[in-house]
Amino acid sequence: MDQALVIAAHGSHLNAESSTPTFSHADTIRATGAFSEVRESFWKEEPHFREALRTVDAEEVYLVPLFISEGYFTEQVIPREFRLDDWDPALWDSDGTSADSATLTADDTGQTVHYCGPVGTHDSMSDVIVQRAKSVTDDPDVGDGFGLAVVGHGTERNENSAKAIEYHADRIAKMDRFDEVAALFMDEDPEVDDVTDFFGSETHSASGRSHGRRPCEDIVVVPLFIADGYHTQEDIPEDMGLCEDYRDGWGVPETVDDRRIWYAGAVGTEPLMADVVLERAADAGADVRAAIEQVRGETDDASAAGD
Amino acid sequence: MNEDPVDALVATAPDGIDFDGLRVEERDGYTFETPADAASGLAAAALREAATGDPYVGNWYFWHAVAPQTDARWTFLRWLEGAEEQPVAERYDALDDGLATEWGQLRVTVSLDGPAGRRYELRHVDDAGTSADELDGYEDPLDARELAKHDDDGDYRPLKTAPSLQTGWRFPSLAAADVVEAVHAFYPATVQNWHREREGELDVDHWRETVDRQTGIYGVVRTWDRGEGHEHVNWVAEACCDDSQCLKRREWEYDDETELDVAGGDGEFPCREPCSLVIAAARQWTKLEGEQSETYEFELTPSEKEQVEAVIDAVADGRADDIREADVYDGANRYRTRFLRAKLFDDDGNLAGVETDN
Repeated sequence: MDQALVIAAHGSHLNAESSTPTFSHADTIRATGAFSEVRESFWKEEPHFREALRTVDAEEVYLVPLFISEGYFTEQVIPREFRLDDWDPALWDSDGTSADSATLTADDTGQTVHYCGPVGTHDSMSDVIVQRAKSVTDDPDVGDGFGLAVVGHGTERNENSAKAIEYHADRIAKMDRFDEVAALFMDEDPEVDDVTDFFGSETHSASGRSHGRRPCEDIVVVPLFIADGYHTQEDIPEDMGLCEDYRDGWGVPETVDDRRIWYAGAVGTEPLMADVVLERAADAGADVRAAIEQVRGETDDASAAGD
Repeated sequence: MNEDPVDALVATAPDGIDFDGLRVEERDGYTFETPADAASGLAAAALREAATGDPYVGNWYFWHAVAPQTDARWTFLRWLEGAEEQPVAERYDALDDGLATEWGQLRVTVSLDGPAGRRYELRHVDDAGTSADELDGYEDPLDARELAKHDDDGDYRPLKTAPSLQTGWRFPSLAAADVVEAVHAFYPATVQNWHREREGELDVDHWRETVDRQTGIYGVVRTWDRGEGHEHVNWVAEACCDDSQCLKRREWEYDDETELDVAGGDGEFPCREPCSLVIAAARQWTKLEGEQSETYEFELTPSEKEQVEAVIDAVADGRADDIREADVYDGANRYRTRFLRAKLFDDDGNLAGVETDN
């Protein structure tokens, strides 16, 4: 039976680039031929969540939210707008970072929809963050002598937002790859404004994974956002002191407080994100193992085996 | 289905064929009928001979073996060439020259690609008369996603069906399945909703239902309906849904018993519920319309009053950028407006020095 993939992303009324990562990951997956159809859908753009399923011919659909955290959008908005009437957040049985999938019927089209947890809380997202660090430093072996800051929005609308950031920071810290790993936020402590404070000092270490070495001279900063926009291209660079005014731009790396800050921009633009979308569908039962191998081969560095 | 139309016809004949004027049966030999030709008792070889190169056979084959078979796509492609109204002979004559139809601001021209094939050219309606070498050529229907993003001034288009599609491009030769994909990229889901409407199955969500569904920051829009009529929704529809703003034909009303007092428009494809832009704007209006009116006193000359009206009209109609630099006879001209500001605003930007009551 044909299987289709629908990616659900936020989109924007104001920012033309918001949809770009969604299109790009959809294209990567489309090229694998693993699905009879791959469709992008958006909350603020078209095709809208409300009308995406009717453009899909397949009776069986894997629906993957291109969102960072579990919460309002993944638990209320997407199921409601896709008319998954029997949805209940309990079907994911998640602690905030452990969503799997639920099989439901769309009320308007009758299609079988395997509703997956968001990309942001899948374990393989940790690999994408590491890959982002490799990409921005152009160093497949990056880690030794480097600190890594994973940056999130914070708890503004739901507590799971911070959980996802901390979850991946912890997982990456346990890889023992970077000297230190910290989870930082835009609008709550520990704040990204003071990024250099959190690396190289036992008392300020946010992750507790300091190795007691000399302070990291290099810090990679990876914002856990899907698309580049106001937060990742204006707020965070200015807050960290990479620039006075975002319009002036910044160097990669840029020196702040005698440290080199390697600012990666939104993790969602990393090509390996397509792999996380596929992993979500695979966990829900989609037959996409060959596609996962292909996408990992195309988008991950040759050094992936060393992770 | 077989790759050759005649092989396919012979293979299908035992089931009988009756499509667009072509009739084939197998009973005491084969019957082969078109409006131009009729023969019965044919042997297989004679059937093959009659069918070879026949446009009715090519037409049958295209619609059953080449065109996408799902209802909405198939029906849309049929509509593009007027297949339900025009007999094959006349239709093929028209397709020989290229048969053009409009879908929003898209101009789709269908041409024959042999008797059993079609090619589709896609371009902006305003480029109908532009020579092909002046237009940028595209082959991948997904490229339409990027073309749909910005208007001719390079501004972002958050509403795909706004009548601001950029010009200067064409897809010279799309296959049947690909032209539907390109149309979807320009105008998402319009083909499916148009088809649902034709089938009497369009699932319209009226204003009330859509607003009642909202949560989070948009939940507040519900409070705008105060049981005091629907005039505010008339204003929303007039502001956002007019044909000058969106090419969809608004089919949603206030609720299933209360029609809005403004026209839904003449678009080919329907709008089945207030879109995300309408809801986002309505959230802002809900806040603004919660304010009470105040009385302000200004002194304006008659011409200044008219000028204020002209400025509002020019902005609302998107005409402000089109007013010529030195056209000081237009009230919304930049110099005229700057003069008005210089004369009437105080240093804090208050009109006629009258402070706003907050």
